[in-house]
Amino acid sequence: MMDLDIQAWVKVAAFTGGGIAMGLGAVGAAIGEGYTASQANLAVSRNPKISGDIFKNMLVGQAVAESASIFALVVAILLLFLDKGNPNLLKAAALFGAGVSMGFGAIGSGVGSGFPGGQACLGISRQPAVSNKLTTNMLIGSAVCQTPAIFSMVVALMLLFMDFSNAPLHPTWAALVGAGLSTGLAAIGSGYGGGMAAGASCEGVARQPEVVGNITTIMLVGQAVAQTPSIFGLLVSFILMFKTFPESMQLQSAMALLSAGLCTGLGGIGPGVGNGMAAEGAVRWVARNVTHAADLMRTMLVGQAVSQSTAIYAMVVSLVLIFVL
Amino acid sequence: MAIEGADIVKAAAFLGAGISMGLGAIGPGVGEGMVAAKACEAIGKNPKEAGLLTRTMLVGQAVSESTGIYSLVIALLLLFVV
Repeated sequence: MMDLDIQAWVKVAAFTGGGIAMGLGAVGAAIGEGYTASQANLAVSRNPKISGDIFKNMLVGQAVAESASIFALVVAILLLFLDKGNPNLLKAAALFGAGVSMGFGAIGSGVGSGFPGGQACLGISRQPAVSNKLTTNMLIGSAVCQTPAIFSMVVALMLLFMDFSNAPLHPTWAALVGAGLSTGLAAIGSGYGGGMAAGASCEGVARQPEVVGNITTIMLVGQAVAQTPSIFGLLVSFILMFKTFPESMQLQSAMALLSAGLCTGLGGIGPGVGNGMAAEGAVRWVARNVTHAADLMRTMLVGQAVSQSTAIYAMVVSLVLIFVL
Repeated sequence: MAIEGADIVKAAAFLGAGISMGLGAIGPGVGEGMVAAKACEAIGKNPKEAGLLTRTMLVGQAVSESTGIYSLVIALLLLFVV
């Protein structure tokens, strides 16, 4: 009777996790691709003669944005059909955590990847001669946007395939759900922010194609800094997955670990978006005033560092929850 | 799982600390990024005033930071004091 109950719980967790992974995972890519298509329509109306080039670029951009939700589809299918192996309640927590991580994690990257796609389509209608440069810049920018979704997928796959059966159920179950929340939520901001920087760079390349090198450089620096909150999320997830916690039947030790994941995850959203905004402003104005690229880079980095501070506070609170309490 | 009054109060305090700092970090992060974006725009338009603009940006961001620090204070109070 008890065995049957545990098996049922593992299935409940896997199916709920699979639903969350694909349901939330579909949100971002759909919005991002819709944005790309809307800008492509605008671009065709401005310059109908090159509609073929615009159409081609739209499809390439949308294909990259789609990848975030394809990751979610893969994780959801694994959750539905994977052999659950030796069922225990920790496995149930790990499977649910995997779904949460991938579902939230795909939102930001999906929306963000739509911005460079749309701006590249508009850019081609304005400057058809540099469509190759625009498509290349779009691909670099939207590929970097996918990183937070890839982090989420890595955490989801580790939760799916690692063997936690030797760890004590209490409080490790909360650590595994927290690990999913941490990377998944933190990826929202970084994916969206990276997309803002990439969109501004495609607009900038169409405006000043001769300074494409400067524009791509500042875009990549800005995106790299915008990625930091999701790296904090990944770090806290790894600590929660790999640290062994002493068995404790108290609710407070479980809640401390769940809260640690929630704190770094939620705390990463704002700084990720904010860093992306700062990078968007800097990239846009490097394209307009390249002689002051160094000043803009400096101000962008100072502004991003300040914007980062609250993500660092959140990580500190999480580490206190994990190691001190 | 044994749940006692003192235990559930501590558990709620820990969860509250995470929610306080986590949600509290969103606003300052977005707001300060907005300030930095506009500072870059202003420097692009008027590079001669880069020093003044960076100073204004930092003061504005420091004010925007305050709510994040309130969240941190409340989180630490929940963890160590109450």
